[in-house]
Amino acid sequence: MNIIGLLAQLFAIALALFLAPLLTGWVNQCRAWLQSRTAPPLLQPYYMLHKLFNKDVVLAHGASSLFRFAPFIVFGCMVLACAIVPTLSTDLPFAPAADTIALVGVFGLARIFIALAAMDVGTSFGSLGGRREMLIGFLAEPALLMVIFTTALISQSTSVATIVETLAQREFAIYPSLAFAGVAFTFVSFAENARVPVDNPATHLELTMIHEAMILEYSGRHLALLEWAASLKLYAYSCLGLALFFPWGIPNGDSFPALLAAIPLLVFKLAIGGSLLAIIETVNAKMRIFRAPEYLGTAFLLAVLGLLVRLLLETRV
Amino acid sequence: MDFFILMLGFPLVSGLLLTVFGERAWAPNLNIVASLGTFLASALLTVEIVAYGPRFAFGEMFFIDSLNVFFVSLTAFVGLTTSIFSSPYMKNEQEHGRLSIPRLRLYKSMFQLFMFTMLSALTTNNLGVLWVAMEAATLTTVLLVSLYRTPASLEAAWKYFILCGVGIAQALFGTILLYFAAERVLGETGNALLWTHLVEVKGQLEPTIMALSFIFLLVGYGTKVGLAPLHNWLPDAHAEGPTPVSAVLSGLLLNVALYAILRCKVLADGAIPGGFAGNLMMGFGLFTLVTAAFFLSRQKDIKRMFAYSSIEHMGIVTFAFGMGGAVANFAGLLHMTMHSLTKSAIFFAVGHATQKTGTQLMEDIRGLIKINPVIGWGLMLGTLAILGMPPFGVFASEFMILTHAMKYHPWATPILLTALGVAFAAIFGKVQPMVFGETHAKPLPHAPAITPVFVHLSIVLMIGLYIPPYLTRWFHEAARMLG
Amino acid sequence: MSAVPFSAQIINLFASVILLLAFAMLGQRRVMPLINLFAYQGLVLAMSTAVVAFTTHQHHLYWSAGLTLLLKALLLPWILHRLVRRLNVKWDVESLIAIPTTMLVGVGLVIVAFNVALPISQLSNTITRGTLGIALATVMLAFLMMITRTKAIPQVVGFLAMENGLFLAATSATYGMPMVVELGIALDVLVGAIILGVFFFQIREQFDSLDIRNMEKLKDS
Repeated sequence: MNIIGLLAQLFAIALALFLAPLLTGWVNQCRAWLQSRTAPPLLQPYYMLHKLFNKDVVLAHGASSLFRFAPFIVFGCMVLACAIVPTLSTDLPFAPAADTIALVGVFGLARIFIALAAMDVGTSFGSLGGRREMLIGFLAEPALLMVIFTTALISQSTSVATIVETLAQREFAIYPSLAFAGVAFTFVSFAENARVPVDNPATHLELTMIHEAMILEYSGRHLALLEWAASLKLYAYSCLGLALFFPWGIPNGDSFPALLAAIPLLVFKLAIGGSLLAIIETVNAKMRIFRAPEYLGTAFLLAVLGLLVRLLLETRV
Repeated sequence: MDFFILMLGFPLVSGLLLTVFGERAWAPNLNIVASLGTFLASALLTVEIVAYGPRFAFGEMFFIDSLNVFFVSLTAFVGLTTSIFSSPYMKNEQEHGRLSIPRLRLYKSMFQLFMFTMLSALTTNNLGVLWVAMEAATLTTVLLVSLYRTPASLEAAWKYFILCGVGIAQALFGTILLYFAAERVLGETGNALLWTHLVEVKGQLEPTIMALSFIFLLVGYGTKVGLAPLHNWLPDAHAEGPTPVSAVLSGLLLNVALYAILRCKVLADGAIPGGFAGNLMMGFGLFTLVTAAFFLSRQKDIKRMFAYSSIEHMGIVTFAFGMGGAVANFAGLLHMTMHSLTKSAIFFAVGHATQKTGTQLMEDIRGLIKINPVIGWGLMLGTLAILGMPPFGVFASEFMILTHAMKYHPWATPILLTALGVAFAAIFGKVQPMVFGETHAKPLPHAPAITPVFVHLSIVLMIGLYIPPYLTRWFHEAARMLG
Repeated sequence: MSAVPFSAQIINLFASVILLLAFAMLGQRRVMPLINLFAYQGLVLAMSTAVVAFTTHQHHLYWSAGLTLLLKALLLPWILHRLVRRLNVKWDVESLIAIPTTMLVGVGLVIVAFNVALPISQLSNTITRGTLGIALATVMLAFLMMITRTKAIPQVVGFLAMENGLFLAATSATYGMPMVVELGIALDVLVGAIILGVFFFQIREQFDSLDIRNMEKLKDS
């Protein structure tokens, strides 16, 4: 491991930390425009993080140490996830560790801790949110894995870096399987990131909320970390989606000029992705929580179909 | 004059004419005259084919050899007798208020068009057109099954349409696979579905594809034959449709579907070594026979019971053709003929019986011999014939099939015998009290046409006692074609 | 991978869309969207056939494509739309079938179909050989739809979708059947649909609904 590589990796992480709240802000802004509201400033998430970090933490009486550690663990998991998803380059020091199954595991770890912490205090809202989060996760993870297997079949490897390299450097060809996987991935991302058809990120007190219900007891820097982690998760998913389905333009070197050149492209792709996300969120209504299994079932089905189509149409040629 | 064109032309033209003029008073007579014309043309065609050998018509579109001309003459004959039978029968139905005049028109035109589709299915040389004609035969009969518009008849017709639709779709997939296999040998010409071309290259067809194709074709056309477990539509359609329709469905449509399977079997046998197609047919045949035999005893409706009897006999015939070889094929063809004649005779008798007593429930039909001795004896003799009693022709064919099975497939003999025994007990036990017993029914407004019943039965009897050498030669020729 | 010509990729893409639409139909509860999905399937089928015709210079396939477009994408959906409006069954919603279970069974069928079709498509040398599995899968999914639905119109849509699958099979294995056969099949489908239309009215007259569950009287005691 050379020092340049390490620096490049650190740079990528720093960029993730910086861009993630910005992406959330951009999505919120787009949503506001689409709904004919006056948009909050683009930097609103930063203001909020700043405000929350400066506030004192109020802990519930029954809170255990798990409740206090959970935000750090979740935040750590998300930073790790952002570090191993190739955003700027496929040849970073963390790349060998960047196995897709491990990535799903990292997300799963974060989910378990946030759900446990939500139940820790013992409020009804917290445990309700925690249980729903586990339900969604239990259905979303297989679908996500199927999506990843489809891409892994194409590149004959489960390493994210290898997948992205294969996909980015192949000649142009239409992969029906990737189309299926892409749609399935979109479905899963919406569920995982508590976006509209499954959860509503804008509301704070509603009986059907999931993510907000879990973090209701948090305050101060803990809440800041969790909010930041949520932004990072959205960022990680967006980058994963971009890397798997629109990988063009990700260099595989670790030289700084190449890295720097990749930034504008990444920002551009994220901006497009964010506005698309806002559009989809606006045109859809939130569905009943009991419809979520069917929704995620569809995602799973699509991913499996992608896998099958891949095996049938694209292997023996 | 080309008899072939006449044979196809009569039903087509009269069917179209009856669509327009079907409500006129002379329409039933036109129906009979057209059927007579079809029959005469097919009889003359038969003489021509037996004398001069196979021939084509319309280029290579149609092909007539001694195998299908046999089915053609059988179809035309039963069509003729059915039209004679249906003339007073349908008038009685009209008097009873079960049918209106427009529905009678529908019946007559559809009957002729149905004859047309079956005759084209039998004579076409193109296996794709065979499929099209088979599907068209379903379409023409589906409205006939629901002719009474009662809930039960609609249900029966719906089931018939959906199940046969599904079945026929499987057959189309089989046909596509067959075309695929043929195209590899014959090239991308339009000839790759022509049977005469296929049979020349049958040894070169890819066995894997042919095996799969034959499975699909057997299941698909088998649905129409009434092979278990896809036979569910058959009893319903027979029981709820008008009796002449039951007679032609049982006596003819099942034969035509089986004919389609036979044509495909010849190709499959050529392509696949080891008797794959035959074994498959034997298995299906036995299973059908056993299923039908055990369902027979549970029937309450007389037409349903005889529909199950048709399934049973189709099972026997499928088994016979599955065994293959000159004797078994001969017996299969003979049995098919005997079954067609006997079963349609039974349905004619049953039609009159139900009309007289006003019910199809067997426990309510009693003492037919007192209401009308002719019908009573007709039903009794028909039942004895279909149960394989000597000296009727069914006995001869069943006997041949049984002895052949004992010789080459002894394991099947106990199954065959048990099933036949069960069927015998079930049918005879139910028909006997219907014929002999007490009753108080009134006579019908229109005298029933009894002649067809006895014409059929006397032919069956004659063949049981003595098969003319002309017929033997012809059957042997047809059996030889089946390999 | 580069051996796949571009047109084959397009055809594969279309075939995948047809499969996707077959699944969407399997999962659709309402009548009108179901008919629309069927129309889209016909449209995609016609486009895919046209691409095959263009690539392989099989001129009769243009006719098939046109026939498909006319019949399956326009005429039949139009007839069905009219029927639904005339019979006023627009709000007929399937309630009792477990869609997710059906979907899982459907995935199983797709796997079976792909395996059955694999040895055959390996023998084929057409540009479309890969799609034979998809065609068989579409047939099987339509079949599944027919047996799981309780309303008459979805059953019929299933029946017609099965025909779509068979058509795709014919195109993918052999570049279509001879023209006379294809015309005959199209005619049969059309007449069948019309007869079914007549049938719907008869059923409604008798049962006051198009629910097939009313029609379970005929059984062997």
